[in-house]
Amino acid sequence: MTTDTTRHIPPELAGLNPPPKKDGPAAAVILAAGVGIFVLGLFTLLNEASGAVHDFLEGFDPGRGVGPLAGKTILAVVAFALTWLVFGLIWRRKDVPIKSVFWVALALGTAGAVMMFPPVFEAFA
Amino acid sequence: MELSNREFWTVVHGLALGTLFLLAFTGGLAGLWSLRPGFLTTTGLKERMTRMYLGTWIMAVTAWLTVISGTWIVYPWYRAQLAPVGDDPFAGCAGAVVPTSTCSPRDFLLSGVSGNTQAWHRFGMEWKEHISWAAPMLATAAAFVVVYYGPRLIGRPWLRAATIVMFVAAFAAAAIGGAFGAFLNKVAPII
Repeated sequence: MTTDTTRHIPPELAGLNPPPKKDGPAAAVILAAGVGIFVLGLFTLLNEASGAVHDFLEGFDPGRGVGPLAGKTILAVVAFALTWLVFGLIWRRKDVPIKSVFWVALALGTAGAVMMFPPVFEAFA
Repeated sequence: MELSNREFWTVVHGLALGTLFLLAFTGGLAGLWSLRPGFLTTTGLKERMTRMYLGTWIMAVTAWLTVISGTWIVYPWYRAQLAPVGDDPFAGCAGAVVPTSTCSPRDFLLSGVSGNTQAWHRFGMEWKEHISWAAPMLATAAAFVVVYYGPRLIGRPWLRAATIVMFVAAFAAAAIGGAFGAFLNKVAPII
């Protein structure tokens, strides 16, 4: 695990003298974005691969005609919010290795975006 | 001059919120880019941060409003299956040159009555409706980091760069959605 060790106090900040901040809360929201995008991508792919998942996702639509997109987006937003909440509480007063968290989030987000690309998810139809 | 209910919501979704998002992005990106040692005085920094807080949060809020209005208000009009009659899934689109009350935009594109239009739905709309949802999550993460650290980001160049990556990725996701939305509304408008 790597940490962001490139901290120094530039002269313009010395005038403001801001107290230091723990990295935990910011790491939590960065991870949450990666998880949210990954969950959206995963359900986009599973929706094509499985009729049961398609029906499950369509069940989130309260008759508005949104179809399975309702379930995909609701579950992705829930995953985003829950990850932010849970890790935000766990890491509230901690200095976590935010660089490593960012790379994990970037990998999750990239995987999610790839699974949302039509030629990819349609290959599982 | 008047707009129908559907035209009003497509304007709100694509034009009003989209323009606000773009403005907030350019302001936020310029602010983040120049948040480097030696670029600003202490007084200038205070003034700059207030604008950056506003810009990043306006971008995040407009991104959420855009995807929510798009998915839950506009998309059902696009997606409605109006054309099937008997065994013919696109009977209602026969002879249509634009979507009609018996041929939704999705029906119209998939029917191919106006040329080779299927890919607009199978690639354009399918990509747009999913990838756009990445924008609000990334924009919210970037906005939180900016407000949480504030001017401390000057002394954290790596973290500032990571925030710019999230900010630009949010814009890229929204740009894909916005560009395909504009094209789709030309090829198969929601009437």
